[in-house]
Amino acid sequence: MTSKSGLANVIGIAALALFLVGSFVGLFVVPADGMQGDIQRLMYVHVPAAWLAFMSFFVVFLMSVLYLIQRDLRWDRVAQSSAEIGVVFTVLTLALGSMWGKPTWGVWWTWDPRLTTTAIMLAIYVGYLAIRSFADDPDKRARWAAIVGIIGFANVPIVYLSVIWWRTLHQPPSSPRSVSPEILWTLMFNLAAFTVIYVYLMMRRIRLAKLEGELEQRMAYHG
Amino acid sequence: MELLRRAWTIVWKDLLIEARTKQAFNAMVFFAALVLFIFSFALGPDTELLQQVSGGLLWVGIAFTGILSLNRTYQSEETSGGIEGLRVYPGDPRAIFLGKLFGNIIILLAVEMVLFPAAAVLFQIQLLPHALELAGVAILGTIGFSIVGTFYAALTVNLRAREVMLPLLLFPALIPMLLGAVNATTLIVVGDPMLDSGIWIRLLVTFDVIFFVISLWIFPIALEE
Repeated sequence: MTSKSGLANVIGIAALALFLVGSFVGLFVVPADGMQGDIQRLMYVHVPAAWLAFMSFFVVFLMSVLYLIQRDLRWDRVAQSSAEIGVVFTVLTLALGSMWGKPTWGVWWTWDPRLTTTAIMLAIYVGYLAIRSFADDPDKRARWAAIVGIIGFANVPIVYLSVIWWRTLHQPPSSPRSVSPEILWTLMFNLAAFTVIYVYLMMRRIRLAKLEGELEQRMAYHG
Repeated sequence: MELLRRAWTIVWKDLLIEARTKQAFNAMVFFAALVLFIFSFALGPDTELLQQVSGGLLWVGIAFTGILSLNRTYQSEETSGGIEGLRVYPGDPRAIFLGKLFGNIIILLAVEMVLFPAAAVLFQIQLLPHALELAGVAILGTIGFSIVGTFYAALTVNLRAREVMLPLLLFPALIPMLLGAVNATTLIVVGDPMLDSGIWIRLLVTFDVIFFVISLWIFPIALEE
């Protein structure tokens, strides 16, 4: 345990260092966007946060499938941890997007397909966490949550498609070719930094989930 | 075939109970009409505006009413431990899902048979010229709603606070189906010169097929004790 905890500490320090370097480069080194000015620098946290949210929910999906096949609570703990981190970063994505939207689009919120899908995704995974909190038995909780984790993830592309049809006035996402290489490299660096933050948070949260599980078991045993 | 026969037995049993008690149906029709009524008050007496949003009002009414019906889906089994009985019957547990699904579709469609004419009167919509198209959209939307609803109702039936949990899980999952049904209905009602409703009907069909396959596949896991 101590070696694992030590590894987590090392990864945590690395995550912090990468985040600080990435933020410094994003804020002070890279030139600002010619059209939008400094506000575009939000991209260096907004896009990585969104990436992390999607990746978290993909991990929830994978772990849910794995749990239903093997029925090993280990996978459930990973899924739960990833879902919590995903929800936090989805909220962060929406908040940062809102701050970016106000000066550039003039509104805090617009029914853009990606924005709308992200909000619906948040609702799906809040439901995932809610169903967990209402179940007492660990195996049932894991099974129900895994089902919601699979269906919720399968639904995200359908939601996205339907919202695109609903709001046909969406703007295409910027492709790597349309942005300058410095901006792209800074963004990539920040994506990597956020991924390391994810690994660190996951290690801590999974460990906590394991302890919570043991505690629950002892409470049940001793009444 | 055996699967369908078993499913039909469950449909028959539930419909018979409903026909004899008329507990759900009357209350659902009344509730659905009230929802339409309240919306009419909330949005004012402007008939043109009400027609423009009639698809949305109708489907919000159907969704709210449907939740009432879904919460009762497994209730007749629950009170006397009948779900255990269904579970230990030999054969594929998917028959339970299919039976409950057909039952929900039938009851909800019956409510809509009252709701659509009521909306036509309240919002001054010409129903008859578009009766076939509207019926098609209503059936596709109701099937989609009932598939996801019957599935999540099975998942939440043993849960504390299931009245809150069912809509919390169901409504986000239903958004593609609601978008499809609302837009197709509104386009049919206010006129569809560009034939835009086709894309929404395709969305409804896709939604129904995808969730039917997923639900049927996962249902035995959801029902495990």
